Amino acid sequence: MALEERDFDVIVVGAGCAGASAAYTAAKLGKSVLVIERGESAGVKNMTGGRLYAHSLRDMFKKYEGEDFDLDGDNPFERRIAHERICLLDAQGAMTIDYTSDKLGVAGQDSYAVLPTKLDAWLCEKAEDAGCEMIFGIPVEELLKDEASNVIGVRAGEDEMTAQVVIVAEGQNSLLTERFLGAKRPATNEMAVGIKEVFELPAKDIESRFLCMPGEGAAQLWVGDCTKGNVGGGFMYTNEDTISLGLVATIKELSESDTTIYQMMEDFKNHPAVAPIIAGAKMVEHSGHMVSEGGANMTPQLVHGGALVCGDAAMLCMNLGYQVRGMDLAIASGQMAAEAACAAIDAEDVSAAGLAGYKTAMDGSFVMKDLNTFKKWPATMEHWDRMFTEYPKMVVEIFDSMFVVDGKPQLPLMKRIMPIVKQRGLVKLGKEVLAAIKAL
Amino acid sequence: MKELKPITVNVDELLAVNKFTPDEENAHIELSCEDYSELDDVEFGKLVRVCPAGLYKQHEDGSRSFDYAGCLECGTCRICCEATIVKKWEQPQPFMGVEYRFG
Repeated sequence: MALEERDFDVIVVGAGCAGASAAYTAAKLGKSVLVIERGESAGVKNMTGGRLYAHSLRDMFKKYEGEDFDLDGDNPFERRIAHERICLLDAQGAMTIDYTSDKLGVAGQDSYAVLPTKLDAWLCEKAEDAGCEMIFGIPVEELLKDEASNVIGVRAGEDEMTAQVVIVAEGQNSLLTERFLGAKRPATNEMAVGIKEVFELPAKDIESRFLCMPGEGAAQLWVGDCTKGNVGGGFMYTNEDTISLGLVATIKELSESDTTIYQMMEDFKNHPAVAPIIAGAKMVEHSGHMVSEGGANMTPQLVHGGALVCGDAAMLCMNLGYQVRGMDLAIASGQMAAEAACAAIDAEDVSAAGLAGYKTAMDGSFVMKDLNTFKKWPATMEHWDRMFTEYPKMVVEIFDSMFVVDGKPQLPLMKRIMPIVKQRGLVKLGKEVLAAIKAL
Repeated sequence: MKELKPITVNVDELLAVNKFTPDEENAHIELSCEDYSELDDVEFGKLVRVCPAGLYKQHEDGSRSFDYAGCLECGTCRICCEATIVKKWEQPQPFMGVEYRFG
């Protein structure tokens, strides 16, 4: 059957990682594309921790720009992450693991600290170069539908615009999927709130504080006292001449806790193990953003008649505790959504059945495979209270017992450590760790 | 719900570093009662705890306030309380609201 006349082949809602990637891909495939972004320019309504694992970005540009495409000369990155640090934090102490390896620098395995105002702007420039039209500053308020409930366009303010396919990439707080595509509102235990501050610090200070070469940086995650024992953690990424420092806490526990999220942030900044990171640095931005924590269990319906959902709006986020990913999933999902949309337009069938190739592609890709592999982890983490309370304390106590020397006669190491561990229940500890390993 | 420990930070000073274009004409978030003292204690208490901009305040004298002007547009209050006391949550009008310089 022939398609009806529309203003555009594809309308993309949102110009973040997912939306800009979808727009770029659809334009490269020869379609007319309109992107509508509520920020006055790219990235200004967006926030990330954040770090981008570069593999999906590389793959997308290699596919559409040619195998020679590289990111050496032209990229939107702040610093390549060369150090991964994980820190267990109690009220006064901290135990940090610092890992570095050449493997973190190999193209395709590399990851970068990023800031959305730069990353999103760069991606949008690529999409515009490919031929997309862009409208900035206007939020899309409604998905327009025909009598059969197929999406046929959008309303933004007074303007209505139609398209063969609408790709919804409006981010984590996705009003459109809930209000027009039947997605349920995420539960408070499935969503976390992120709070972040950006601190200005000269590049050479960043390099000396984190033992990095120019252009390289560190990523750090904290668990324990930073969220006052609530499910969540702290994060830090080194940008070119700023540092992103923040916390993520699951909304349910936070909403009943004894500390507000912004007071947690204040206490975190003042912790003796954290304060030196930002000492002397000027705070230049205070931001907030949600993060979906439910994994594969909270993926909404991705394919609808005339519409596809990708990126954060599709709740594509993985938090494994030691590894946090979202933007690489967003880019890949945006690309796959656009490819499926273009194929459906070419086949003149943009019904849900015609667009089903998106779900097939997603299921066959790392995006859904990884989310499914770690399907049990969100619930395991949510109910593993002691990971956020007793364990960081225990680890710091063990290291206290190893390194604090006060001149009194010492007990053998085992006699120092075992009471600390036994206090937490050796069997219970073993069971909990085993359960976590199984879910990971 | 646990009792809140004393708050030592002035969150308004933190927000003052951000760039905002406040929309004084249109409240993009509205609560279910205009008199905030009538709102459910537990539900309002949740908003006090979760909002990263600290826009929902429970003052020492028992009074409450809410100002959408410093909103970071994260939607956390909506997820937390749209089913209870958050009556309206829309994106700010065109060209209004927060404008991150870093993001």
